Amino acid sequence: MAVTEDTTNAGGIGARMLRKEDGKLVTGESKFIDDIHVPGELWMGMVRSTMAHARITSIDTSAAASMPGVHSVLTGAQLADMDLWAAPLPCAWPVTDDMANPPHWPVVPEVVHHVGDIVAVVLADSRYQAADAVEQVIVEYESLPAVASIEQAIADTNLAHTDLSTNKAYTWAIAPDPEGTQAAFDAAAHKVSCRFVQQRLIPAAMEPRGVLAVPSPMGGDITLYSATQVPHILKVMMAATTGIPENMIRVVAPSVGGGFGAKLNINPDESLALVLAHRLGRAVRWTETRSEAAGSTHQGRGQIQHVELASDANGKLTAIRVKIDADMGAYMMLITPGTPLLGSFLYHGVYETPKFSFTCEGWFTNRTPTDAYRGAGRPEASYAIERAMDMLSYEVGIDPIEIRRRNYINGGEPFEMWENPAGIFFDSGHYTPTLDRALEMADVAGLRAEQQARRDAGSSKQLGIGLCTYVEICGLAPSRALGGLKYAAGGWEHSTVRLLPTGKVEVVSGSTPHGQGHETSWSQIIATKMGISPDDVTVLHSDTAKSPLGLDTYGSRSLAVGGVAISMAADKVIEKARLIAAHQFEAAPEDVEFTDGSFSVAGSPSKSVHIQELGFAAFSAHDLPDGMEPNLQEQVSFDPPNFAFPFGTHVAVVEVDEDTGGVELIGYFAVDDCGNQVNPMIVEGQVHGGVVQGAAQALYEIAVYDDDANITNPSLMDYLVPSAAEMPSIVTDSTCTPSTTNPLGVKGVGEAGTIGSAAAVINAVVDALRPHGITDMKMPATPMRVRRAIEAANGGAS
Amino acid sequence: MIPAAFDYVRAGSAEEALAALAEHGDEAKLMAGGHSLIPLMRFRLVTPGVVVDVGNIDGDLRGIRVDGDVVRIGALTRHSELEHSTDLAASCPLLAHVASVVGDPSVRHRGTLGGSLAHADPASDLPAAILALGGSLVARGPGGEREIAASDFFTGFLESALAPDELLTEVRVPVSTGGWNYQKFNRRAQDWAIVAVAVSDGGKGVSLVNMGSTPLRATAVEEAVAGGASAAEAAAHAADGTTPPEDLNGDADYRSHLARVLTERALNAAGLA
Repeated sequence: MAVTEDTTNAGGIGARMLRKEDGKLVTGESKFIDDIHVPGELWMGMVRSTMAHARITSIDTSAAASMPGVHSVLTGAQLADMDLWAAPLPCAWPVTDDMANPPHWPVVPEVVHHVGDIVAVVLADSRYQAADAVEQVIVEYESLPAVASIEQAIADTNLAHTDLSTNKAYTWAIAPDPEGTQAAFDAAAHKVSCRFVQQRLIPAAMEPRGVLAVPSPMGGDITLYSATQVPHILKVMMAATTGIPENMIRVVAPSVGGGFGAKLNINPDESLALVLAHRLGRAVRWTETRSEAAGSTHQGRGQIQHVELASDANGKLTAIRVKIDADMGAYMMLITPGTPLLGSFLYHGVYETPKFSFTCEGWFTNRTPTDAYRGAGRPEASYAIERAMDMLSYEVGIDPIEIRRRNYINGGEPFEMWENPAGIFFDSGHYTPTLDRALEMADVAGLRAEQQARRDAGSSKQLGIGLCTYVEICGLAPSRALGGLKYAAGGWEHSTVRLLPTGKVEVVSGSTPHGQGHETSWSQIIATKMGISPDDVTVLHSDTAKSPLGLDTYGSRSLAVGGVAISMAADKVIEKARLIAAHQFEAAPEDVEFTDGSFSVAGSPSKSVHIQELGFAAFSAHDLPDGMEPNLQEQVSFDPPNFAFPFGTHVAVVEVDEDTGGVELIGYFAVDDCGNQVNPMIVEGQVHGGVVQGAAQALYEIAVYDDDANITNPSLMDYLVPSAAEMPSIVTDSTCTPSTTNPLGVKGVGEAGTIGSAAAVINAVVDALRPHGITDMKMPATPMRVRRAIEAANGGAS
Repeated sequence: MIPAAFDYVRAGSAEEALAALAEHGDEAKLMAGGHSLIPLMRFRLVTPGVVVDVGNIDGDLRGIRVDGDVVRIGALTRHSELEHSTDLAASCPLLAHVASVVGDPSVRHRGTLGGSLAHADPASDLPAAILALGGSLVARGPGGEREIAASDFFTGFLESALAPDELLTEVRVPVSTGGWNYQKFNRRAQDWAIVAVAVSDGGKGVSLVNMGSTPLRATAVEEAVAGGASAAEAAAHAADGTTPPEDLNGDADYRSHLARVLTERALNAAGLA
């Protein structure tokens, strides 16, 4: 059932509780990776390839090795001889049996495959000495032809990996009825065929990545601190690829300043720090610089999308056919090949279509590897269908609002367990209310009048209104479904709930926060379930010694999987506590009721004990029921039966200066439905950040590579991450359609804003330019690009 | 983002700064607010042997004084002080306004007028304001002080008429309350201008940001205005004789187009019909 916002309970589910984390964050008490230092630590300095594709002919480390403070300089060939690795860096998602997966070594032994590939590592006493020595390592290369774009990869004239026969890594398809799909196109009254480019994005978390490996030379064990989203996965993968026994590795993610997917990988630097610290018996550390990150941290997006829609005369969809060319970059990292496929099930968006076909081809290029970035495949899918629907509306000659209404799943009425044409089941949905509310909040009718007035007046500042109704797939994931997709791991999440002797509660979380507010949300779940104050709850996380089991945080999964696990573990604690209470009351357990944290016997309210009082009884174990184990500690590994499918409607309002081409986002309205909300304030924060990240793709951000596959804008001076100054005040609201496939009725909201916003913003830009006959605009819609489009539409420069 | 090693000298007075420059010669680099120099050092694009920090010198090198029809501004006066000075707002509102759109608040609280001018970045805002106003700069060196007209000061990309052993001490602009405007076009509020145009005194002074290797006076526009042209007619000459830089934000044609659009807007806003 739907939970309405809780205004009476100061800290239960539904309360706008201030975040427990924030005091430590705003006072600097939180420790990030760069705040942690140990005696004798050595800094790594990476000598990175300046070539996109080349064979190393020589490396002269002599000058660097003799510099002050330098411990050693190790080349890829030397490291290969040291027998430090059991396997290359891992790819956990071989999406097809025949997928190409060239070896990705932490330091390249012979051939570099992208600018930023590591060719040697300096170990020095300080970061400055390491940086000085890196400059003195002389590397000579024999240049090889570089594959600098998806188009070049498809041409296959040059090979990104010379030992492969093609740049194509794999072909993956869902095409249940290709002939039927073609027949639908043949019979269509209206068709649109679109080509969209999802430009590469640099994730640019506020905190760069960093790592510190601290060995225990006498103990044989080693602690790996990393600014990671995935300490548990990192531990397993480090054991598997280094040969260091898993029981000797502890991974700690300290406070982590944002990830957005870019910190879910298994990176060369992490592996290097671990094996070198293990071998040398000294702590080894590294922190990336902002410009270095363009080559040392994976990027997002990187697709060319071919989208075809067919409809009847009224704009009712009859078929969707999608072909994606996805840029893998130089190597298959953890989930590189699967990332574009995370959107595969969603290319029909929120619309019913009888025929559906999706094909993705993955291509190697000599660029930084791609992998998950906020939304990971779903923003691309949402953009494609929502942009294409606007283009279909132009074709049919009806309003973009109307074409959406005509095509919503189940006619826009509520539904549960709807089977989509790709064969998966949407848990629940009800799309029309989000549209109606968004139109009302934005006053779209008023905006249309203002737009017409400006057009009539010939104003140079034109108004554009853009719409997006998105659906996404999150709550990753049912383990069997992942297995069916050839993903190597499961999708469960683990939790332990302990009622301590003094009545406080300790929650052990397998999902790992990097800014989301897990400590607050988990405390709120416990507060409601157990009837206690959220202040009495402590959440342990992000350290495999405290939280040995978990699958971490990505894919908007924490609440829908990890939060549910916590709720279920709390239920088990309550049930055991009920047995202790019944024993104390000398009553049958089935007669003991649990209300607001207290157990009482039905019909005799005078007999009552608060659950927190039972912590000591379970601990002392003086008088427990026969056969009961002491302590109140229960754990749950929850494997979700289904994904969750949040949705919403976003409206973007832009002002386009037709003389300069400048686009200003002047209004943004988001109505999201993520099911039940634990903390609406945290939900709003996620929507705000997500919206900005999608708007950033629409208007500002692009990783630009030149013809030699060099990135030309690696610094934040040229890679334009927008700030608050560029954003309007984002107006949010929500509807609530609980998930039907988990007991909390929750979905997920970490990526929703990003999934909805890029299409809304570009639809708005195109809407402003419609009088010029413009039907599409590439991302990012830079002022020069917009101005050129206006000039081209009007027959050249004006 | 890790600078190379350097020595650091903190000058307590202009004399100490000049002495340090004399001692270290070409090895030395003056630093005031550091917001131009430090990023270049972090990228190792410049690697001075000695950084002479003049940012803490007080006295005549800081502050704004209106002296008859001249405004005298100490070279170490910070952008935020220009931005918030009521004296400057009354005597030279163009300069006060331009200072308020440099970078972001943290940049404006560290950056100095003299530092920005000495850095001679064609993409910076303040050089254009001084050019449009017809200001001058006072340099102090071993041989004493000399006054350099702003129009003679910017000699090349990040190069100025300032000698390696000289320190900027003062900037002089005429009291100027005629029609003025500054049109800055960029993609993010904190960024350098893709193109900007400063207009003073109803169009008598017009200058361009990021339209060449130095901050530029738009002399063709000024001449057209002097000859009685309308704003639209004069603005058509905004890109005349320029060789705009090309980067991800704009090629030369687009920058030239922007210069014309922004100049027309600035002239109109400055009161030219």
